[in-house]
Amino acid sequence: MNITAIKADNGVNVEALLGARQALTEAPEAARFKWRATCEWIGGTHSRSVVHGFFGLGTEQSHKTAFRYDADHPEIFAAEDNGATPVEYVLVALASCLTAGIAAVAQNRNIQLRSVKATLEAGMDLQGILGIDSEVRNGFDGIKVVFEIDADATDQEIAALVAQSQRRSAVFDIVTNPTNVAVEVK
Amino acid sequence: MIRVPHRRYPPAGTVDVVVIGAGHAGLAMSRCLAEHSIDHVVLERGEIANSWRRERWDSLRLLTPNWQSRLPGYAYRGPDPDGYMSTSEVVEFIDGYARFIGAPVRPHTTVTSVVAEGGGYRVVTDRGDWRCRAVVLASGAHGLPAVPAAATALPRSITTLTPKTYRNPDQLDDGGVLVVGASATGLQLADEIQRSGRHVTLAVGEHIRMPRVYRGLDIQWWLDAVGILDERYDEVDDIVRARRVPSPQLVGTPERATLDLNALTERGVELVGRLVGVADGKAQFSGSLRNHCAMADLKLDRLLDRLDRWVEDHGASRELGPPERFAATRIDAAPRLAIDLARERISTVIFATGFRPDYSWLHVPVFDHKGRLKHDGGVVAAPGLYVLGLNFMRRRKSSFIHGTEDDVRDLSAHLASSLRLGYSGRVPLEAVG
Repeated sequence: MNITAIKADNGVNVEALLGARQALTEAPEAARFKWRATCEWIGGTHSRSVVHGFFGLGTEQSHKTAFRYDADHPEIFAAEDNGATPVEYVLVALASCLTAGIAAVAQNRNIQLRSVKATLEAGMDLQGILGIDSEVRNGFDGIKVVFEIDADATDQEIAALVAQSQRRSAVFDIVTNPTNVAVEVK
Repeated sequence: MIRVPHRRYPPAGTVDVVVIGAGHAGLAMSRCLAEHSIDHVVLERGEIANSWRRERWDSLRLLTPNWQSRLPGYAYRGPDPDGYMSTSEVVEFIDGYARFIGAPVRPHTTVTSVVAEGGGYRVVTDRGDWRCRAVVLASGAHGLPAVPAAATALPRSITTLTPKTYRNPDQLDDGGVLVVGASATGLQLADEIQRSGRHVTLAVGEHIRMPRVYRGLDIQWWLDAVGILDERYDEVDDIVRARRVPSPQLVGTPERATLDLNALTERGVELVGRLVGVADGKAQFSGSLRNHCAMADLKLDRLLDRLDRWVEDHGASRELGPPERFAATRIDAAPRLAIDLARERISTVIFATGFRPDYSWLHVPVFDHKGRLKHDGGVVAAPGLYVLGLNFMRRRKSSFIHGTEDDVRDLSAHLASSLRLGYSGRVPLEAVG
């Protein structure tokens, strides 16, 4: 009898990722990346950011195309609403990072995913950014992420996927831990 | 003042093997070397079981029950097999072993340098030099406390302690205490300090949750029975990660009580995330507490599933209680992310954040780019050099007293073969292990 192991396919090349892990363990210099974005003011609270080049594996790299992102504020802020608010981009970043992580971890654990949907909500008290109450912080007072996942796995295995994706997520780390930020004027 | 002329000590001697450290691991190696009729000495900076005598807090007891305490040719024979040894009992146990095997221990002999020389090694001590063909590093995994960089930013008014300098709550002032780290040590210290009437905040990162007793038997019995303690370093997926796993949240008490984060919360300890920084007198904590607790809960459930499956597969050889599952770790809706240490009258921070071995005296190129000793299951990356007692060194149990025997039998056999063959011959471990 011919027994073929059932192999999940979530479209993630885990072999390549594991290969990269091995290679970068031996070459820590190549593991040092620089991510970049530029942003230009359009008018009002409307700006446009472009993401194209980055540095990694010891050399300059670039995306296949330059990606553009319009950011603005909704009309209730007396703005023109030409794009998502910057804080919403933070939610986009967190959701997409965790989701990519879930796909990669599922692939590595041979779990076939059928659908993954994340719904995010972050609370924010505008008394912070408006300077009304100095004890209220500018940023989120918390972020809630709810995943709905359909996969060939037990509830426990799915919970473990979601936990591991947080453990390995760059954006989860960025939003949960402090980061030094240096802003200068040229 | 009398001027003591500088002089070089004559060589203290020439032996085949120098074992550095007369703790349980060094002594067990001594016993096995004697079985192979290999000439050796055991050099000890202080007395036998030195760190157990001087570098442990007062209430510490082993995480393993007495029946599990054994060394090659020797086992616990006392009246309380289910109890857990205090530090003085551990000293007695190891002392007794040294007498039992008649180990050639040179106490009060501090090794200051080990260098390769003439196909072997020169071991320089404050009592003369030893020439030998092989060296066994048995000085332990707990040489230096691994304190996070954030510690340097703490205000000067804060007293910082580690498990090596903490003894008991009486040495603390009346202020609050921040305990950093949620291993067995962190939980035990948080518990006893909170019970002493001081308010404790516990910073929790990745941790391993375990009940003391499961289905009526000590958790160590289960870990042993199902083979988890025997899992080998060359069989696990990610040995680097496995070696970094903190000690499971256990305590050895006569009541065999489970000590977990929920128990601490009930006693009034405040849980916060991993300590990630200190700025302007404020300790900052990660927002990842919920996930770290969720991971530990999931991991505990997987462990218990495995134990229950094992019972189903093997049949219960004795009366067992029913399967149990434990309440999820309770976390506040919004654990605090920053604490102003002065405002909250926190005067002491205890770093229960693990240890790293101290090899500052080992002048042989056997370290990786992060300064870690390069070894393959205890066979160090230089001929004739061996190490013992590191976390998950050859087996998951390698750092435990009862885990020593299998390791020293493998490594002493390897050492004996390499002495016979000379250093040109490479000895495959499989041949002996």
